[in-house]
Amino acid sequence: MTEIAARPETPAPAKDGADDEVFLVDPSIRARRRENILVAVVRVAIAVVGLLAWEFASGRIISEFWISSPSAVWAALVRFVENGQLMPAVQATVVETAVGFVVGAVAGMLVGLVFGISPLVARILDPYFTALNSIPRVALIPLFILWFGIGFETKVVFAATLVFFPVMLNTFAGARDVDRDLIDVIRVMGATRLDAVRRIFVPSALVWVFAGLRMSVPFALIGAVIAEMFTSNAGLGYLISISANQYDTGGSFAALLVTTVLGLLLTFVVSVLERRALRWRPAVD
Amino acid sequence: MSPILEYRDVSKVFFKGKTQVHALSHVTAEVGDGELLAIVGPSGCGKSTLLNLTAGLMQPGTGEVCYRGRPVDGVNTHVSYVTQKDNLLPWRTVAENVALPLGLGGRRMSKAERAERVAHYVRMVGLEGFEEHYPSELSGGMRKRAQLARSLVYEPDVLLMDEPFGALDAQLKLVLQAELLRTWEGTGKTLVFVTHDLTEAISLADRVIVMSARPGRIRAVEHIDLPRPRDVFGIRFAPGFGDYFDRLWSALRADLHQGQEI
Repeated sequence: MTEIAARPETPAPAKDGADDEVFLVDPSIRARRRENILVAVVRVAIAVVGLLAWEFASGRIISEFWISSPSAVWAALVRFVENGQLMPAVQATVVETAVGFVVGAVAGMLVGLVFGISPLVARILDPYFTALNSIPRVALIPLFILWFGIGFETKVVFAATLVFFPVMLNTFAGARDVDRDLIDVIRVMGATRLDAVRRIFVPSALVWVFAGLRMSVPFALIGAVIAEMFTSNAGLGYLISISANQYDTGGSFAALLVTTVLGLLLTFVVSVLERRALRWRPAVD
Repeated sequence: MSPILEYRDVSKVFFKGKTQVHALSHVTAEVGDGELLAIVGPSGCGKSTLLNLTAGLMQPGTGEVCYRGRPVDGVNTHVSYVTQKDNLLPWRTVAENVALPLGLGGRRMSKAERAERVAHYVRMVGLEGFEEHYPSELSGGMRKRAQLARSLVYEPDVLLMDEPFGALDAQLKLVLQAELLRTWEGTGKTLVFVTHDLTEAISLADRVIVMSARPGRIRAVEHIDLPRPRDVFGIRFAPGFGDYFDRLWSALRADLHQGQEI
């Protein structure tokens, strides 16, 4: 296939330019490579220095009781794995996060799309949603426990309420951002209202929707973990709070570490999905 | 030739934000079946409004716009509208963009037939090999070609073009004009072509209408009796071209200073 419009920031796709000398010696390419190396090295250095400082300070400057230490955190992690506490906790949290995320995201997308398509409905309901969004969500947990018990449902519902608003607001913004000219153009081509929604509104809003989704992955996790801390029977949140209650700082840090890694992984998964769904977008850096 | 489009004493006012725009004033005109009509006028003279009325995206304030003798009272799906912007869907490849109209409004077509239709028009506008490219990967001229293929693919009777080549450089403009003529000549389709470029209008059209600055009125009408098929590269040197140009230019010039700041 003919290769056209090779974007300037992707220098030399190997197939047609790698053997050209300029791609080896051009100062702009070497400068770019040097910068990449610098970024990677400094990042690793920050982690190493941070961990070393922590290890050093622990027990010397501040008591290990308060801040634990990297080696103690590692030991706690190994202990969690060996006594079989970790995997069930991870599994519970992942399932709650995922289900809560999907429920909240689907609801958010539907409401956002309806609002975007019908500005009238949006105008009528706007104050109600603003009010709902300003409720401190944590304050709802006691009610949720009353309604749904201390099991799975409470955690899912709570995670979903955190995910709902960012996704809804982003979808709404995306649907409002739709180019009206595109709608006119396909109407003249004979499109029905449903066609306009399917072919224009949904794909066009997808850019915004994904931004909202990516942003709310951590919210889903936060929701699940907070609910676990309140209802205290399973999951990473439970592990964090039970460790702290037993003055096991190392255990708390270990559970926190696993939670963080989980958040990064989930965000990564959504980013990959996003990149695949939005393949048509010109590469930005 | 029976008229396919008629404008009967059409006037139009619309709102642009809070300002009222008096776009058209008592426009009466006809477009013959199979005719290539060019509408020329200063910027903001209501040329696009005329096309929007024809496509049924706006309703006339007073007067009537008729398609085949019947007033246009909703979106007119018998026409195809080539807008100034290319309006390709950025999330669809060239082939998917061209295929778009074939899947709308309950148009049913077998997969094979659809693929064949798309391939035919992609070839006609010279985009073979770029079917799987996204619009962001195409040059401005290629996007125009894709847009043209998309507006032809469902074979409408009337093509409305709103300054389709306005934003392109001079050489590319000539090439695309030539391709447009080659595509149009002999198809029997009606083409209404809005432009602010007088040379373009005379090169392409059977008839040129000159409109005044806002509110748009018809200021002059000129039949262009230059032989077809035409060669857009040489036609400006053809005998008679200069006379048409002078007559239309004197009609156009009167308004040139007014509409420009809009």
